[in-house]
Amino acid sequence: MIAKHIKNLAPSGIRQFFDLVLGMPDVISLGVGEPDFITPWRAREKAITALEEGMTSYTSNKGLFVLRRAITDFLEKRHNLKYDAENETLITVGVSEGLDLAIRAIIERGDKVIIVSPHFVAYPALVEIAGGEVLYLKTRQEDGFKIDISELKILMKKNPKAIILNNPSNPTGTAYNAEELRKIWKVISTKDTIVISDEVYDELIYEGKTISFPALDNEAKKRTILLNGFSKAYAMTGFRIGFACANPDIIEAMTKIHSFAMMCAPIVSQVAATEALRAQKEVVEMRMEYKRRRDFIVKELNRIGLVTPKPQGAFYCFPSVKNFKISSLDFAKRLLFEEKVALVPGSAFGKEYDSYARISYANNLDNLKEAIIRIERFLKKL
Amino acid sequence: MDEILEILEANARISFEDLEKLTGKNKKEIEKAIKDYEKKGIIVKYKAVINKEKIKNGNGVIALIEVRITPQKDVGFDAVAERIYKFPEVRNCFLLSGTYDLLLTVEGKDIHTVASFISEKLAPLSSVKGAVTHFMLKKYKEDGVILAKKEKNERLAITY
Repeated sequence: MIAKHIKNLAPSGIRQFFDLVLGMPDVISLGVGEPDFITPWRAREKAITALEEGMTSYTSNKGLFVLRRAITDFLEKRHNLKYDAENETLITVGVSEGLDLAIRAIIERGDKVIIVSPHFVAYPALVEIAGGEVLYLKTRQEDGFKIDISELKILMKKNPKAIILNNPSNPTGTAYNAEELRKIWKVISTKDTIVISDEVYDELIYEGKTISFPALDNEAKKRTILLNGFSKAYAMTGFRIGFACANPDIIEAMTKIHSFAMMCAPIVSQVAATEALRAQKEVVEMRMEYKRRRDFIVKELNRIGLVTPKPQGAFYCFPSVKNFKISSLDFAKRLLFEEKVALVPGSAFGKEYDSYARISYANNLDNLKEAIIRIERFLKKL
Repeated sequence: MDEILEILEANARISFEDLEKLTGKNKKEIEKAIKDYEKKGIIVKYKAVINKEKIKNGNGVIALIEVRITPQKDVGFDAVAERIYKFPEVRNCFLLSGTYDLLLTVEGKDIHTVASFISEKLAPLSSVKGAVTHFMLKKYKEDGVILAKKEKNERLAITY
């Protein structure tokens, strides 16, 4: 009854592990992919007011103009990146929808798409649903999980239709600086490949400075679909608001699918997101808190024997469990049963990463400290 | 306001190590700044915000008292205010514009203690023209901290 290409999506071992975690009480979870902060009050208050004022209708397919305008103003201020709010900006239901739209708008059956691994789980799944073929560009821990330019060159010879970049990255927390992005772009620009740049963690960067991919140069801007949203930096996962910026042709195509599949993003969430862009003080405070936690957890993981490169952004790190000669899924299961600490096995982010685990530090410092005590005790038993 | 002050106002017990990380300044600079603030009276005191409703038998009575006073020649309200704020029962004393002059917060172990403070100490003062007392029923928020209920954020234990 179910379509074959849907049946085969996502490794089932991971799904069963997730069910185990969700069914177990009192677990300290380092497996959460969302902020532990609550949305800044000023954004919530606007949402309440919007409901009181009776804002309960559809919006235009592309989303409220005032939000699109606030976003383009923000991008110009942050990255000196100029997009037209009318023709080059689309409000999506989270970055997840933006990603789906971007892929469906440009990928035809058989088109090749480069995905940098370890990768966010949705990337290969959405490419496969669209009928595309995934080319994995593997990165290594010793390179800080950054793209190896010579390997990128080899894959580019296969004329990929698109490459998906995630900067900073889920699950590794790796972030690229402007110079590194320029080197990557130099290779990509030799072909007609479109860049889908998922920058949802753009504002959660703790070391140095990154730039938005389309801000590299005019040609990069023409060829990039920029995806970003409010879930992470603004702690608004439940509001489901993302956005896409790209040249008018691509936005038009994405809007077409969006108008049939989704109509528009929820109006109350759009109003809240507009206000959230003014909550920069809260964003800075959350970022400072994540940075403190990152410094703590990376230092501690390395101390107790899990080799962990220091990530520059997002709220994840990607330690290796290689020294313990155990698969990431077994490691995760035993840690869950024996010490009630949850994390995500590395194999969820690419089958070559079975000797890694993703740890999210979107959790308060007390929990992180307790988790370290438990993991250390667990490692001694291995 | 200086970042150090903002952080200390939210959490006076933060460690120097954390302050260094948060401000990017070194320990020496931070210590010097804090000493300076203390000397200038900008930082007055370090205290804990306690939700007394949660302490067994710790439930004192708090009254807000609006006091109308007659200002004195040359020293205005200040001398009268000093006469009043020196009573240890007075926790807060503010001079306000409007229909009355001083707003006091007075704490006592029960309603009788507060009442006798008013009738025996405050009201008999010659410069006090009148007082209106409001007993506090419930504290929802104090010094920026919400006491009434905690916000909950129940996340799924595991998500991508």
